[in-house]
Amino acid sequence: MIVAEHLTKSYGATRAVDDLSFTVAPGRVTGFLGPNGAGKTTTMRMILGLDMPTSGRATINGRLYRDLPAPLTEVGALLEAKALQGGRTARAHLEVLALSNGLPKQRAVEVLRLVGLEQVAGRRIGNFSLGMSQRLGVAAALLGDPHTLLFDEPVNGLDPEGIQWIRQLMQGLASEGRTVLVSSHLMSEMALTAEHLLVIGRGRLIVDAGIDEVIRAGSKQAVLVRSRDDAALAGRLEAAGAAVQPGPAGGLVVTGVESGVVGEAALTGAIVIEELTPQRVSLEEAFMELTRGDVEFAAGALAGVADGRAPAGWGPPPNGSAAATPPARRSGPGGQA
Amino acid sequence: MTAVASAPARPDRPVRHAGLVDALRSEWAKMITLRSTWITLGVAIVLGVGGSAGISAAAAHAYRQGHIGPRGWQPAQVSLISLFFVQWAMAVLGALVITGEYGSGMIRNSLAAVPRRGRFLAAKAAVLTVVVFVVGEVIAFGSFLLGQVMFGSGVPQATLSNGATLRAVIGAGLYLTAIALLTTGLGFLVRATAAAMAIIVGLLFIFPIIFGAIPVSWLKQVNKWWPTQAGQQVYSQIGPHASDVLGPWAGFGILCAFVAIVLAAAYWVLRTRNA
Repeated sequence: MIVAEHLTKSYGATRAVDDLSFTVAPGRVTGFLGPNGAGKTTTMRMILGLDMPTSGRATINGRLYRDLPAPLTEVGALLEAKALQGGRTARAHLEVLALSNGLPKQRAVEVLRLVGLEQVAGRRIGNFSLGMSQRLGVAAALLGDPHTLLFDEPVNGLDPEGIQWIRQLMQGLASEGRTVLVSSHLMSEMALTAEHLLVIGRGRLIVDAGIDEVIRAGSKQAVLVRSRDDAALAGRLEAAGAAVQPGPAGGLVVTGVESGVVGEAALTGAIVIEELTPQRVSLEEAFMELTRGDVEFAAGALAGVADGRAPAGWGPPPNGSAAATPPARRSGPGGQA
Repeated sequence: MTAVASAPARPDRPVRHAGLVDALRSEWAKMITLRSTWITLGVAIVLGVGGSAGISAAAAHAYRQGHIGPRGWQPAQVSLISLFFVQWAMAVLGALVITGEYGSGMIRNSLAAVPRRGRFLAAKAAVLTVVVFVVGEVIAFGSFLLGQVMFGSGVPQATLSNGATLRAVIGAGLYLTAIALLTTGLGFLVRATAAAMAIIVGLLFIFPIIFGAIPVSWLKQVNKWWPTQAGQQVYSQIGPHASDVLGPWAGFGILCAFVAIVLAAAYWVLRTRNA
């Protein structure tokens, strides 16, 4: 159990983390979501006692990290995978960490086997690929068999097989009753991994909810329909209680009713249907829907702050799905599930 | 995915306490598993003992040729001249034990494993002290003894049965240890190898030369009390006590006090600064 209470971190006039309070419960994967520069890594560092909060505090099972008697046996963390001294072998690196917490040296070999690196145990880690370094970082996190795990952007640099592996690993760890907090700027990744979501933007908590809830809250049931006579169909649908808007590329976007109701209306009106597509929101869209106000307000307020961070660019490559989503939610390019 | 680790996570699992001994074992493992440690120590030995052999042979030749008179002949000092070079290697080692961690980001792994800043710094300093002291004494005695051998016949030699000579040889290893620790403290403060080395070069070399070159009496006093200049008395001062320098142990005490101040500053910064 991780508890953050009014956690705040200021760098000069910039608030990287702003009055963040949340609880990360055991037994499920909690996703920590936000754009680059939202404060995810800073928050994780404060949990780990690496960065000092300006105010507020973070505790693990009620204790400050630096008061844990043998921290690696309680908390495992993967921060930057490449933050290693390349001259050591993988095994020596893990032995160094194991010894510091009084763990047996054999534990290094055990965790290397767990992450599939036993064959490169004797190789210098400076020659490791990013994916191998990520696995080594996971091995280090598992070293003390901790009840709480923090992973900062763990899928970075992993191949598809590795991504699959780390998802299953995190879910397996959570199912054993451990507390798992995993950060990402990819909402699609969270949809596949996390059960619960903490969303932050500009250092502030925006959403603290189950992932289903986030999708439900962000989505209104919508159906895209094209017919030979849109005007007549629109009249019948409105009579049936639906809200109808013109679609982005012709057709109608119908909200408030199921697609079956649209079919019935067309049948009773003898209108030929050419397309009937239920529109499901992706997590990205659900997120945009939930947080648009906060993000835009904050982005405006902080524009021009030269803190060296990337601007708020959300998630996957900017293929326009965010920008193309107009205020009244309609199907973006990626909206058809 | 089942049984990811050896035991299921239980909040009631007995928690073991890690302490200073564990931190020491970890720092020892860190020290011996990096090639840079062995390289710098190897360089230190070659510079010290090898340098002493060369310098002593050359000095003995000058003595036989009459370029150095019997009154100016200082066989102990001659054999320890090479320590001037050894101190740079020990300073590099002292810097690297911490700046190597800052440069790579390993420091965050280290501080997550040992979040008690005082324990971390103490373990690092203790391991470095032991390693540099042992290797430093080996170099000091090796340089001294090989130097005496290289003088050859007909050239007066120094002997360890002389109290001041023995103190100087032991003091040489102590001085090297203090310099390495000083550079570690600087490394904690500036977090970069190059910056730490630049400061130590200034402290050891540039400022004393500048102060010595300017004929102003109060600058002479500065040089007398300058920590590294004072500390060198413990191995360079074998003959009678000159008036413009401190005594060997008083001088070394000044250096040790300075090292303690720098390490205290390092601790304070480590506690308050983000890793």
